[in-house]
Amino acid sequence: MVSINGEKVNADGMSISEYLANTSYDLKKIAIERNEAIVPKAKYDETVLCDGDSVEIVNFVGGG
Amino acid sequence: MKEDKLIIGGREFGSRFILGSGKYSLNLIEAAIKYAGAEIITLAVRRANTKEQENILDHIPKGVTLLPNTSGARTAEEAVRIARLARELGCGDFVKIEIMRDSKYLLPDNNETVRATEMLAKEGFVVMPYMYPDIYAARDLVNAGAATVMPLAAPIGSNKGLAAKEFIQILIDEIDLPIIVDAGIGKPSQACEAMEMGAAAIMANTALATAGDIPKMAAAFRQAIEAGRSAYLAGLGRVLTRGASASDPLTGFLRD
Repeated sequence: MVSINGEKVNADGMSISEYLANTSYDLKKIAIERNEAIVPKAKYDETVLCDGDSVEIVNFVGGG
Repeated sequence: MKEDKLIIGGREFGSRFILGSGKYSLNLIEAAIKYAGAEIITLAVRRANTKEQENILDHIPKGVTLLPNTSGARTAEEAVRIARLARELGCGDFVKIEIMRDSKYLLPDNNETVRATEMLAKEGFVVMPYMYPDIYAARDLVNAGAATVMPLAAPIGSNKGLAAKEFIQILIDEIDLPIIVDAGIGKPSQACEAMEMGAAAIMANTALATAGDIPKMAAAFRQAIEAGRSAYLAGLGRVLTRGASASDPLTGFLRD
């Protein structure tokens, strides 16, 4: 299982691109971190998620 | 008259009002930016969800510089992670460091802020650290590569005004970087006073977000900041230690 934004998801063996294809994220407005390291957009295809990975998908919100 | 520009990280800004975008609805942001005349707006980075259709970026006019903050970070390392994510979001290299371990008073941790400033400046960020107004920490921030220093006026979100006035004045007098008063400014008169003292800019969010009419308050702050800046540039009149000084000629009528 992969932890994505704190939720356990069965995405083992999927690339980040494959995972995102099943979601409705606007790719232009998110950034992704895997195990506390940035995954650049150019690497979404080749980055394969493994059991135990921790992924954060973030965007901008209002803030001071 | 010579143009009076605020320069941060090599970029020039005509406005000295940095606007926060927290705690009010997305559809008011455009009007707030317009009435504030703001050229820099702060944002936060949070987990994305697929349910929200609207993104704040859709409401910010092109040409406005985005200043992501590192709110939520409790350590320098966490602030660095957030800054890198913000840069990956494609908003440029500006970052406002905000590191707090105290959840009651929300005071910034100066030590961690200095560490984060050093790390992020080395990575090429334009680092704008939010800090507790302390001269030693401010000097350390300068040495760490900060682009500005952003002392708090009062606890964040409190609208209490220039509680730290004396200590902000010391930073203005001693630090050769733009001093941007951030946090606690609650009304335009306080923003004006900070600008009269020589602050380079004002950052405000809650004062607007909790106002009755957000765009109108944005305009009021803009006017106050411009007035305070002009007064600073003009040079304030002196204050007498005691006594009075007539404004009118004392002779020439009724008495010789």
